[in-house]
Amino acid sequence: MLSAQSLAKIDRELAKYPADQFRSAIMGALRIALVERRETGNTPEERCLNADVIEFVANYVGIPPVAAYEVATFYNMYDMKPVGKYKLTVCTNLPCALQGGVNAAHYIGEKLGIGIGETTADGKFTLLEGECMGACGDAPVLLVNNHKMCSFMTREAIDKKLAELE
Amino acid sequence: MAVFVNGVIFEGVDTAAPDCWRLEAYMARGGYQALKKILDNKIPQEDVIAEVKNSGLRGRGGAGFPTGLKWSFMPRSFPGDKYVVCNTDEGEPGTFKDRDIIVYNPHALIEGMIIAGYAMGCKAGYNYIHGEIFEAYELFEEALDEARKAGLLGQNILGTDFSFDLFAHHGYGAYICGEETALLESLEGKKGQPRFKPPFPASFGLYGKPTTINNTESFASVPFIIRDGGQKFLEAGKPNNGGTKLFSISGHVNRPGNYEIPLGTPFATLLEMAGGMKDGKKLKAVIPGGSSAPVLPGEVMMELTMDYDSISKAGSMLGSGAVIVMNEDVCMVKALERLAYFYHEESCGQCTPCREGTGWLYKVIHRIANGEGRDGDLELLESVGNNMAGRTICALADAAVFPVRSFTKHFRNEFEHLITHKKALVDHKWC
Repeated sequence: MLSAQSLAKIDRELAKYPADQFRSAIMGALRIALVERRETGNTPEERCLNADVIEFVANYVGIPPVAAYEVATFYNMYDMKPVGKYKLTVCTNLPCALQGGVNAAHYIGEKLGIGIGETTADGKFTLLEGECMGACGDAPVLLVNNHKMCSFMTREAIDKKLAELE
Repeated sequence: MAVFVNGVIFEGVDTAAPDCWRLEAYMARGGYQALKKILDNKIPQEDVIAEVKNSGLRGRGGAGFPTGLKWSFMPRSFPGDKYVVCNTDEGEPGTFKDRDIIVYNPHALIEGMIIAGYAMGCKAGYNYIHGEIFEAYELFEEALDEARKAGLLGQNILGTDFSFDLFAHHGYGAYICGEETALLESLEGKKGQPRFKPPFPASFGLYGKPTTINNTESFASVPFIIRDGGQKFLEAGKPNNGGTKLFSISGHVNRPGNYEIPLGTPFATLLEMAGGMKDGKKLKAVIPGGSSAPVLPGEVMMELTMDYDSISKAGSMLGSGAVIVMNEDVCMVKALERLAYFYHEESCGQCTPCREGTGWLYKVIHRIANGEGRDGDLELLESVGNNMAGRTICALADAAVFPVRSFTKHFRNEFEHLITHKKALVDHKWC
């Protein structure tokens, strides 16, 4: 279900913890599985985690599937719902809002013709509002697919970024 | 943007240089000399802890608890494994200092954690990094590799009989994991729900073993303290408020960013460093220590100095040093509504007063902000708050209540006006 590369990465996560504490690796393992789904999935449904993937990862790490499911649903960056090729998360918490975060989110929504929480019809973009990313000094801040942080996202910077994401 | 004025962590760090974070650059700045000093001179563990105590270093994550004292709580003679854990789960709105430490000076943190491991007799450590700054996590892993290859981590560090290894663990989107016992649960691969205390982590921490958890900035201050002496660190700040501190300034200032300055620096000076108020607007309010700290009116703030005691005397907290600046155009009801939403969203759901209470706070503030407030809503907020604060396992409920109490106290007229006239006193626009 996962590639050899992904499994090797999970092995590296497992090696960080004491031999009898392999459960600790579940957070990294689920993230690795999600990244592979995102990179190989062709539809929003194929880009998120689902019960089968979670069960596979849980078995690989050696914990009950329900324990992995608990983790996948507790932490909000694990995509459990269908998601566009590019998930755009804009921080709209107070410090960012004071520096243009809310307006940036609305601008992206207008450009893409979607509201917050929605995915474009072609399955390319999903727009989400996020909570504090720990980068308030760089506001407006946009996170692309969980891992790529884009700072100082003025309208011009947003135009440029969206044009880049193909 | 990173702006560093002066201070112990960023002294000599050229943040514009792409390799400033590398081991070589850190060594050139005098890095790992503190560790070498300890190992070469076989400085006893208790002397290291005493030096940290002398420095007056207080926890930089928010609570301000004396770091040296915390270290001394670890059972020295415990026969099994012990752990040292760093909290880089920086998600308190307004706080963004630890990311810059990891991105520009990760070896200061690594060295600080190795020294902590030595002082407390731990054989391993973990740095728990906020999931949203994933690129910083990857960079930190690279810095760990550098240290390992240079013999600074792993078995027999620098040829001595001291062994210690350090690993990075990432969060994945849960504010609550900044709470130290929630962080431990998460590090164990579980939902990040806080534990009952006691037992405290020093006796029952990671995997049930004695554990000390400190903030990134606290650990990163340790190499300086050991290398140059606790006294020198203390003198950089003021009594009971030793050292320099990173302040993250956000909101309506010309140059938001991190400023590392001596504790006790006047707020007015800090504001000036940040380029002053944006567009020359009037300062209305400041949250001086992250979103959980009570808000203070601008004129009160202008009289204060930036240290634990001064801010606490004024009725707020220095917290993590996150300074959120608001100008005269901010509707305080709208500002509070945004914070209330955050705490509702991030409550872990374990304790009923918090799970339900944060929802009630948001619901009531939301309706006031939308001109649908009712008579008695301010009393309702107070009553809900009183039934939350101090009645839960961790401090998230208190953190949700403090802003509500302070906003409705200092800016009560704005709330009353909205409830009575269904229209805001300040024509608010998010810029």
